[in-house]
Amino acid sequence: MKLIIFAGPPTCGKTTVIRQVIRRMLKKGHKPAYLKIDVLYADEDKIIGEEFGIPAKKLYSGELCPDHCNVVVMDEAVEWAEKSGSDYLFVETAGLCLRCSPYIENSLGVVVLEATSGMNLPYKIGPMLTLADIAVITKIDLISQAEREVFRYRVIEAAKEITVVESNALYGIGIDPIVRHIERSGEIEQPMFLRGNPPVGTCTICVGKKEIGAKNHFGVLRTMEHDLFYIGE
Amino acid sequence: MDIRTICVLGGNGKTGEPEKVERFELNMGDIISIVGPTGCGKTTLINDIELFANRNTPSNRLVMINGETIPEDFSFDPRKHPIALISQHTNFLSDLPVGEFLKIHAKVRGGDNPEQMIGETLEFANQLTGEAIITSTGMTELSGGQTRSLLIADAVIIGNSPIILLDEIENAGIHRTKALELLKQFRKIFVFVTHDPHIALLSDYRIIMKNGSMEKLICTNPEERKVAADLGKIDNLMLNFRTYIRSGQEISEDMMAEQLETLKIVN
Repeated sequence: MKLIIFAGPPTCGKTTVIRQVIRRMLKKGHKPAYLKIDVLYADEDKIIGEEFGIPAKKLYSGELCPDHCNVVVMDEAVEWAEKSGSDYLFVETAGLCLRCSPYIENSLGVVVLEATSGMNLPYKIGPMLTLADIAVITKIDLISQAEREVFRYRVIEAAKEITVVESNALYGIGIDPIVRHIERSGEIEQPMFLRGNPPVGTCTICVGKKEIGAKNHFGVLRTMEHDLFYIGE
Repeated sequence: MDIRTICVLGGNGKTGEPEKVERFELNMGDIISIVGPTGCGKTTLINDIELFANRNTPSNRLVMINGETIPEDFSFDPRKHPIALISQHTNFLSDLPVGEFLKIHAKVRGGDNPEQMIGETLEFANQLTGEAIITSTGMTELSGGQTRSLLIADAVIIGNSPIILLDEIENAGIHRTKALELLKQFRKIFVFVTHDPHIALLSDYRIIMKNGSMEKLICTNPEERKVAADLGKIDNLMLNFRTYIRSGQEISEDMMAEQLETLKIVN
């Protein structure tokens, strides 16, 4: 089983890239399955399931942080894909968290970035980009070549080892190189481990405290003046 | 990469039928225009060239450089990318000041002297614009004409690519005859997508597009070149009147008569 995890800010074109990739994977005789993890609403599983007739599923993280949800369900998801006779599992994450990263060791991590999203985006999104294997830059037709070159430079500056693929996914341009990377990626190994380190500490907000201000919370905290410190037992 | 020729082999039009122009080849120094009604696929053709289409785009065309195809996963060192595409964009989306953007682009393109390149780029661009571009201005604040002038100057000076593709250079009110004059000083392959008869007839060849397909290839003949010179005079006439209007003058019939005579439009 090969596991391909897609991340990227909302509306950056993840689904469009995945659809083009799946279309080509099927033509080459592969058997992909698709899992969408989102917070409140998603219909991509239906669209992709109906378009390609492949195993497709969605999962709402609901009250859980979506990347947290990835971590706790991924073993079952791989099992589901295996049972359905697939050899590739495509996971499309909600792509919201700029601190966590959903990539798993021995999976292929693909971050999708919109070319139009501003020159500082590569520095803003942290591990979602820096821990990915491939950065797919979408909507390249909407900006000038000079801007493309500068954006690409900034992506590489933020994530030195990354492979950059520029794509106009609506027209299927730049998809073949992504497919080749996917085919070349390694098999997943059990037990699976998260590739990056999640943020430190258990958060009192996560467990239900709603009051504003550090004085109302405990665990790992910070104030405007002081960087991280710990209050508790 | 030392570029000598670029060759485009036809694919198919929007409805799938093979293109009538089966191939065309450009040598260093050639100028070609791509003409046809809007929506006929002109921009798609230059996008194919820019992407080194390898029968892998919707048009199914094949682009060869120096007689060879470019392997799909071949990635050019961005410093040596042989093609600069000046798209129809009339606004930038980069949230950077002009000076910083150009500095990064000069660095990406590996220039030895970024400061000098930036200076030359602005000097080039400011010959085409109404009001000069200043380095501290945000890219997103530039007007449509300033944006296109900067794109052209950046491609030629900083990009320094041997093949330049220009999509509707005449748009956004830049000084297009001046642009052509400046561009011709550089020995490159120029591909113009244009609706402007003067630009089309100043080219060595023109391709007529229809329904996504290369329909016809015409080599500019000597008679057409003469007509081009006359169109140039009419262009200048329009430009001179534009200057009068812009500077707040009132227009008279005498002005027209004088212009017609000095430009030798009527004898």
